Amino acid sequence: VQNTVQHVLLQAEDMQQQIIRETFHLVSKRDDNVCNFLEGGSLIGGSDYKLIYRHYATLYFVFCVDSSESELGILDLIQVFVETLDKCFENVCELDLIFHMDKVHYILQEVVMGGMVLETNMNEITTQVDVQNRMEKSEGGLSAAPARAVSAVKNMNLPEIPRNINIGDINIKVPSLSPF
Amino acid sequence: MALKIVKGSIDRMFDKNLQDLVRGIRNHKEDEAKYISTCIDEIKQELKQDNIAVKANAVCKLTYLQMLGYDVSWAAFNIVEVMSSSKFTYKRIGYLAASQCFHESTDVIMLTTNQIRKDLSSPNQYDTGVALTGLSCFVTPDLARDLANDIMTLMSHTKPYIRKKAVLIMYKVFLKYPESLRPAFPRLKEKLEDPDPGVQSAAVNVICELARRNPKNYLSLAPLFFKLMTSSTNNWVLIKIIKLFGALTPLEPRLGKKLIEPLTNLIHSTSAMSLLYECVNTVIAVLISLSSGMPNHSASIQLCVQKLRILIEDSDQNLKYLGLLAMSKILKTHPKSVQSHKDLILQCLDDKDESIRLRALDLLYGMVSKKNLMEIVKKLMLHVDKAEGTTYRDELLTKIIDICSQSNYQYITNFEWYISILVELTRLEGTRHGHLIASQMLDVAIRVKAIRGFAVAQMATLLDNAHLLTGNMQRMGICEVLYAAAWICGEFSEHLENPMQTLEAMLRPKVATLPGHIQAVYVQNAAKLFATVLKSQEGNTDSTAAQETSQLMIDRLPLFVQSANLEVQERASCILQLVKYIQKLQQKDVEVAEEVSALFAGELNPVAPKAQKKVPVPEGLDLDSWINEPPSESESEDEQPKAIFAKEEPKHSRPRREEVDEKELAKRREARKQEQANNPFYIKASPSSQKVYQEAPGVEHIPVVQIDLSVPLKVPGLPMSDQYVKLEEERRQKERAEKKKKEKKKRKEKRSGRGKKHDSGPESEEDITPAHQVDIVTEEMPENALPSDDDDKDPNDPHKALDIDLDKPLADSEKLPVRSHRAAEAPKSPTEDGDATSQEPKKKSSKEKREKKKDKDRDRKKSKEEKKKKKHKHEEKGEDLLGGEAEEPVVQSEETNEVAAPPTSTSAEVSDLDFWLSNAPVPSNTQETATVAAAEAAPMPEATSGIAPDSEPDEPKDTEMEETKSSKHKKKKQKKEKEEKEKKKKKKHHHHHHHSDGGGEEAVQNGTVEEEEPLPPMSNYCLLAENSYVKMVYDIQGNLQDGSQVVVSVIFENKCDSFLKSMEFNVLDSLNSKLQRPEGSGPHDGLTVPFQLPPGVSNEARFVFTVQSIIMPQKLKGTLTFIVKNEDSSTHEKLDFKLHFTCTSYLITTPCYSDAFAKLLESGDLKCSSVRLEGVNMPFHHLLARICFHHHFSVVERIDSCASMYSRSIQGHHVCLLVKVSAQTVSIDAKCDEPTLLGNVLDEIKQTFSQC
Repeated sequence: VQNTVQHVLLQAEDMQQQIIRETFHLVSKRDDNVCNFLEGGSLIGGSDYKLIYRHYATLYFVFCVDSSESELGILDLIQVFVETLDKCFENVCELDLIFHMDKVHYILQEVVMGGMVLETNMNEITTQVDVQNRMEKSEGGLSAAPARAVSAVKNMNLPEIPRNINIGDINIKVPSLSPF
Repeated sequence: MALKIVKGSIDRMFDKNLQDLVRGIRNHKEDEAKYISTCIDEIKQELKQDNIAVKANAVCKLTYLQMLGYDVSWAAFNIVEVMSSSKFTYKRIGYLAASQCFHESTDVIMLTTNQIRKDLSSPNQYDTGVALTGLSCFVTPDLARDLANDIMTLMSHTKPYIRKKAVLIMYKVFLKYPESLRPAFPRLKEKLEDPDPGVQSAAVNVICELARRNPKNYLSLAPLFFKLMTSSTNNWVLIKIIKLFGALTPLEPRLGKKLIEPLTNLIHSTSAMSLLYECVNTVIAVLISLSSGMPNHSASIQLCVQKLRILIEDSDQNLKYLGLLAMSKILKTHPKSVQSHKDLILQCLDDKDESIRLRALDLLYGMVSKKNLMEIVKKLMLHVDKAEGTTYRDELLTKIIDICSQSNYQYITNFEWYISILVELTRLEGTRHGHLIASQMLDVAIRVKAIRGFAVAQMATLLDNAHLLTGNMQRMGICEVLYAAAWICGEFSEHLENPMQTLEAMLRPKVATLPGHIQAVYVQNAAKLFATVLKSQEGNTDSTAAQETSQLMIDRLPLFVQSANLEVQERASCILQLVKYIQKLQQKDVEVAEEVSALFAGELNPVAPKAQKKVPVPEGLDLDSWINEPPSESESEDEQPKAIFAKEEPKHSRPRREEVDEKELAKRREARKQEQANNPFYIKASPSSQKVYQEAPGVEHIPVVQIDLSVPLKVPGLPMSDQYVKLEEERRQKERAEKKKKEKKKRKEKRSGRGKKHDSGPESEEDITPAHQVDIVTEEMPENALPSDDDDKDPNDPHKALDIDLDKPLADSEKLPVRSHRAAEAPKSPTEDGDATSQEPKKKSSKEKREKKKDKDRDRKKSKEEKKKKKHKHEEKGEDLLGGEAEEPVVQSEETNEVAAPPTSTSAEVSDLDFWLSNAPVPSNTQETATVAAAEAAPMPEATSGIAPDSEPDEPKDTEMEETKSSKHKKKKQKKEKEEKEKKKKKKHHHHHHHSDGGGEEAVQNGTVEEEEPLPPMSNYCLLAENSYVKMVYDIQGNLQDGSQVVVSVIFENKCDSFLKSMEFNVLDSLNSKLQRPEGSGPHDGLTVPFQLPPGVSNEARFVFTVQSIIMPQKLKGTLTFIVKNEDSSTHEKLDFKLHFTCTSYLITTPCYSDAFAKLLESGDLKCSSVRLEGVNMPFHHLLARICFHHHFSVVERIDSCASMYSRSIQGHHVCLLVKVSAQTVSIDAKCDEPTLLGNVLDEIKQTFSQC
């Protein structure tokens, strides 16, 4: 199970961990058939803030937003983010995110910047991510060819079989925004 | 060498990468900490290597570890190293790590400034993008200040990808460096109409975020946003804009009126729930803002409530939740429309989702009325019984109390019922809110006199059954109510049926298990009870009963004397001794009851919670001054006491008591009594001192309570609140029947009698009279309590600093720092800095900084003053704005025109907004405003278009911009006439709103006060010289800091097709006025103009002149030399000019209060002069505006067609004007301490008006 908590990056490490723990505690005990908003406690900055989350298989995507954001809009944004992950990782699964946290961050940075919504158009996001990945490849990447070969071998004894997140099914109930 | 590289890459094969690290951590679940610490050791080794790839890999892993909660701040420098790698891959890793790990106290951030600047200007857009993203997370005030200009440049980058990031990050920059807001704002505004939707969305995002915190500064953008709203199809943008309008409407009711229609259309048409929801929200905000003035919006309310009902009924919990949320907003102003959906909301209380239940509870809070309170609370009590989790139950409990106690128990008609509810609540298992119930009990018992008898009876029962409450450790929270019960029984013991029984209950040994503070109250109140019991017993003939009571006390109190709690012990032993003494007296058959009860005589009055804060500081009391001077540091601590004791000086030791004689004592006592009588915090012994209060009705003024005999006074045993519901029903029915018989007149009288309680409930509410004519004792406030209620504001809010007036033209001092290395505070070279002032040598730069600071401070002060003024003088408001306007627009010049700060003409904008608001939404109208916005946004032609056609009639209209502007103006005028009638109708309305909204927005005030005609655009720039190559216009302003300096701003415009370069500006100095030249240059050297001009471009430069005497106008001859460069040839050209220093240009707009102004006139130091202007045909406010604008005056006061104005010269001369107008004659009486100056200024004013 994975938490992505936004907007609290500036806190000290222990505080950050506490926030993530408490958020996880709050979110994970909620049923699937309750609403996706949680009123802000003192931990996340007071009553102006809300936790908005979505639950995909074993993953929770949690955004913490203040009252200047539209609640339903953020729900859609999470959907966009997850769909983008799906595209970029080609059928994303939990382990993809766990093993490629850096890449998740890069994608997230194209969606949200410094705590503000940057882009909501999925095509635009994927294009920019792709271009940057290609640039990285052309530079040889962090782990050049030989290292990748080794890594491929290492990957063979994965402890768990990745479970796919089926995004298509979850999608339907969401009130979609019209195309941007 | 090659071998080394190969070896390096082979080594790397065996380095762990991020994936290996993650896998490792997953495989070491048991000893994770140990595994990670070995990993960190490895990482430290890797960081020591030279290979940047290895380092980047290490930093990448560190970022992951940071995410897991490990401190990696030690690697901050390595992160900076990786950030500065030239390869994108590594750079990105570095910036990601920085954005995760850096915060304001990270000291290496200082080192990154130049690296970030380099990346920002990188040719690769992704380098720039990565830097912007990183910076957005760790920007500090220093970084913001140093990089603001670079980021601002990026806002006009060719790539939309960069533009949108740059726009977005500006918000962070503003937060950290508020000074950047004004210079950057014009460009930000321009981005609202960027062709790229992403950039546009980002700009909307930033402005909405800014406007949310300080909406009034953004009201002038309303037309632009309105246009975006009606044209945009991007739902994100729409949502943001609609949310923004929600924040703006409270400030400008006319805006709301304009919004209703398009919003309703959107509500009907959109399929996106998110958009629908936000529309409904904003419509609600509009309706709230209109609620006072507009009666006919019930359709809109109905629509909203309907849509919300659909949301609430939806099976999607999210929609349900939001529907309830929005419903609670409507509730505040239109409770009736919500109350009809009570069924739905009560239904939501049963929802399985706690968030929804809580929302529904919130709604209930606002839905109660006198009529339904009992019913709703009964429902809630049922839920309390059912609730499984303690948190939700506690929430219910607090809500019940909130609902009942809201607005001073407004809805409670039967306090017996309420007390029973409170008592019932004490039976809750394991609640944490015992103290809450206790405080309610105390509050009600103290403040509702009529209920005391009943309350005391209930409390006595509670005390009797205390074992039920304390039986189980889990219930410890609830035992707090015993605190209240004991106090109430003691304090109001005269109401007790059987005080003896209660006394016994309070002295049971079990009490010793209660918390200390409760025991203390028990002991103290046992004493009070004892006094009461004695009193009743002594009345009887049997004296043994009284002695037995004393014996009981003496027997039981030792238990408390042994208490470990200091408070309990102390009280108990005091009282024990007292009782023992009483017993002695009793044995001598002395009647003591009277004296014992005197111990507890007097009544406590409730004090308002804010009373302490509101006590005004008495005159002459300085809380900051020392009462005793602190000992100087030279005196050692040992010496001090020694000195006192050794010398035994009576002066320094305490005053000797023995010497004070009886008389003196009596005197002092009297004085103290006097003091106490005036001291609001002193609990009065006698009720007569109540009269001191003027406002709070004294206790004895409260009408005597009449208890309605139709209500049975007592319900035997522990009360069941349900019984009251029934009883209440019956009573009401009875009452209704009775009322029908009565005449209507009487009812009216009654209503007006209770006018103080504002009833917002339905009319039928009025029919319900409370069971007892209950008077709730108001809480006391100190006399002269300060009325201000602003103590809730958070002084640390970062957005406070962003409360900046954006319509005011940019001042000189507000420029963003230009690219330069910060460490070296060296003078900026002229090519780098467009500002002529900074061409001065080194010494100045530090001084300048200081000046800037001063400047800021003054600006802030000024705006404060202006705000104050606004509050005070209603009429002055409009004029005040005009005064502010008179600060001439200053065009900022920057290297290659990067920073364009167009002089936004306030008057034009204000009247635009006003005009826009006062019209029906005509499409052409909005387009017009768009062109204005575009014109204002376009930096280049702005400088010239700022010259108004009518203020400079001899100015040829050669630029396109000007034409559009003037034609627009004409068009407007035509339209004006057409709609004049319509407007006049509306006028009434505007005024109405204007009053209702109190201290609204400046711009609007102006509009409403000077409704008749918008001000024409004005400019102070006048032609300096012109030939076929170049045109120069100039304006002169006094330097605020230096009494001997004026700044000449010259706009150079290239009129030809060639490139103009090497421009040199030179002036022939006179004895009185000299051009300031950089140190080292001769007195006849010209100044290089710090820019070149491509064809068709204009730019501004400033030149500083020193002047000695300012009482006379003066002309200086000068020359501009320049090179005209074609593709094949270049020629030297020159242009002669005459700089005209008017006396006006030595005046500085200075606000002046009317009292200060009056003092000035009375002082008699001023010489008089006057002038008459014939045939001036313009509205008075235009006339004033012109004087303000062109001659730097500010209006002090305006009464009808007469106004006083003030200005100050740079050398401190006061200039006062009294302007009167009758028919077409304007007479100006003027006073000034320098007659020559005055004469010249008046001549110049005369000339201004002769020109138009």
